[in-house]
Amino acid sequence: MKTILILPILLTLLLNTAYAETPEEKGLAIANEADKRDTGWTDQVADMSMMLKNKQGDSSTRVMRITTFEVPGDGDKSLITFDSPKDIKGTAFLSHTHSLTPDDQWLYLPALKRVKRISSSNKSGPFVGSEYAYEDLSSQEVEKYKYKWLRDETLNGRDSFVIERFPQYEHSGYTRQIVWLDKEMYQPLQLEFFDRKNSQLKTLQFLDYKQYLDQYWRPGSMQMTNHQTGKSTTLSWTDYKFKNGLSDRDFDKNTLKRAR
Amino acid sequence: MRTFIQYLFLFLMSSASTLSHAGEWSGFAGLEFRGFNQTAQDSRQDHDTNFSFVFEPEYYHEWDDGDQSIAFVPYVRVDENDNERTHFDIRELTYLKVAEHWELRLGIRKVFWGVTEFQHLVDIINQTDLVENLDTEDKLGQPMLNLALINDWGTVDLFVMPYFRERYFPGTSGRLRSIPETRQDRSQFESAAKEKHIDLAARYSHYIGDWDFGLSHFYGTSRDPRLLLSTDSGGNPFLIPFYDIINQTSADIQTTKGNMLWKFEALHRSGQGTTYNALAGGFEYTFVGIMDSALDLGVLSEYHYDDRDELSTSIFQDDIAIGARLAFNDVQSSEALIGLVWDKDNGGKFFNIEASRRLGDDWLLELQGRFFFNQKRRDPAFTVSRDDYSELFLSYNF
Repeated sequence: MKTILILPILLTLLLNTAYAETPEEKGLAIANEADKRDTGWTDQVADMSMMLKNKQGDSSTRVMRITTFEVPGDGDKSLITFDSPKDIKGTAFLSHTHSLTPDDQWLYLPALKRVKRISSSNKSGPFVGSEYAYEDLSSQEVEKYKYKWLRDETLNGRDSFVIERFPQYEHSGYTRQIVWLDKEMYQPLQLEFFDRKNSQLKTLQFLDYKQYLDQYWRPGSMQMTNHQTGKSTTLSWTDYKFKNGLSDRDFDKNTLKRAR
Repeated sequence: MRTFIQYLFLFLMSSASTLSHAGEWSGFAGLEFRGFNQTAQDSRQDHDTNFSFVFEPEYYHEWDDGDQSIAFVPYVRVDENDNERTHFDIRELTYLKVAEHWELRLGIRKVFWGVTEFQHLVDIINQTDLVENLDTEDKLGQPMLNLALINDWGTVDLFVMPYFRERYFPGTSGRLRSIPETRQDRSQFESAAKEKHIDLAARYSHYIGDWDFGLSHFYGTSRDPRLLLSTDSGGNPFLIPFYDIINQTSADIQTTKGNMLWKFEALHRSGQGTTYNALAGGFEYTFVGIMDSALDLGVLSEYHYDDRDELSTSIFQDDIAIGARLAFNDVQSSEALIGLVWDKDNGGKFFNIEASRRLGDDWLLELQGRFFFNQKRRDPAFTVSRDDYSELFLSYNF
């Protein structure tokens, strides 16, 4: 008799909770779903070229190779090796990212054959003179932000969730970001960045998505525009390869030391 | 030396012939100009300006999914005034084999140990190419067999070095040299095997959390010679480089706490005169994005000590160093570094400035200035005290 009474109460409670999902809960749930759908790729190798443009239209290019290793339950590991500009060819950057504790980062300087442990607090600084900050390019873990769903909206003909997210990292260069997340891919279409004074700083657009291994969506290019300086940086990704059999060993200081 | 290089070359060429596709060339060529503020101490150092041309191509080829590779980096400098500064070297000619738990390197190469900035105290594998620069960061290629054993608890590197490279010293007409002149052709060795003495080294390195550390031992020919005063048949004084057989144990540690880096190096050396200890330690703190700009400002300070005191062959025997590093984080990767080293014992000072900026995509312009103040006659730095200079270096990178 008692169980019969309790069951409807429980059901009502459960339904109520679902119905009364706050925008914060909905935002977090979407972030978790996006994270879940992009899990299991194990490792990824890709070539990236960066085109830096200033207001006058002068441009400069950087070319690099990026390998990434998925670490379940923590931030990913990545190794970036520069091919150009030629004076920094062979310079490499190893990063073991963590969701909540500071990342471990090392830089390899080929002229001196020197590996230097570097400060990882510098996440808001520009990455090789581009409009991307280190934190824009590092692994996107759910725990790095607090979320708030704002609305659903169609962007460039794609149904998307519009979510506001607040960096939890104390040295972040942003107060908040607004992300347009595609409802089909669960990948970002557009990201707006607000600086420490909460004024709009940059917009990042993700273009030419392709699906790999029937599951993982990756953009072919990413265009960052700085509204305050008029400068822009376009990333073009080529030769994405997944599940290459990489291991922790491919992301240690010994491997960094033989970057070419 | 020649036979070693010949064998190595044959070996590398035969392995290269089995390769499926060709490797890649890169490198740089550059023109250096130095202007000296004062006339030199020795009238034979008869120039106040100097041009120099350098060329360093690099060949790299990998196969076996990158698990095997060869690298070849020759180096040549042609100097306007100093015949000894005009020189050729093989900076690298190495075969590398990588496995899950080890890496094997056979050939000529450069290895760096250490963490401090003003002096590389524990760095000992390579000989310094002193004719290049006073900062001891240019090194001669060292022939070696190096096996790295890679474990969860750290990396153990073992080195066998079958041939010793003598230090290159500036020639009679060269600036920035000892007075009297140091003559490489009169070198003496403690070991009867001379430069064929087999030198050995082992290093354990690892990191735990934000601590990176290394413990090393070196047995063999000292890279920095003692300089002994002698006279030639005409009664003119000169210095003989004397290479002792030494044992050196060292440690290097860095801990990274947010924007603060703490650095420490120490060594214990025996076999070169009295047994001695030396240490170098300090910090580097970076102010990120100063004044709401993209600029990073790093401030650093180090203390350098050598317990041989006045007998020290090092200019860092009881010295305080301070410096500032400015990174503009711009498209041209503009950077500047200034440093001041102050000898607490005798008040001598050394001021250093370095700056660089990329021009276009392929050119790099570097500025360097080194100035000596109040150097005392007994300090090893005294002989270069009239060799203050400013340098411009323009290189094309490919």
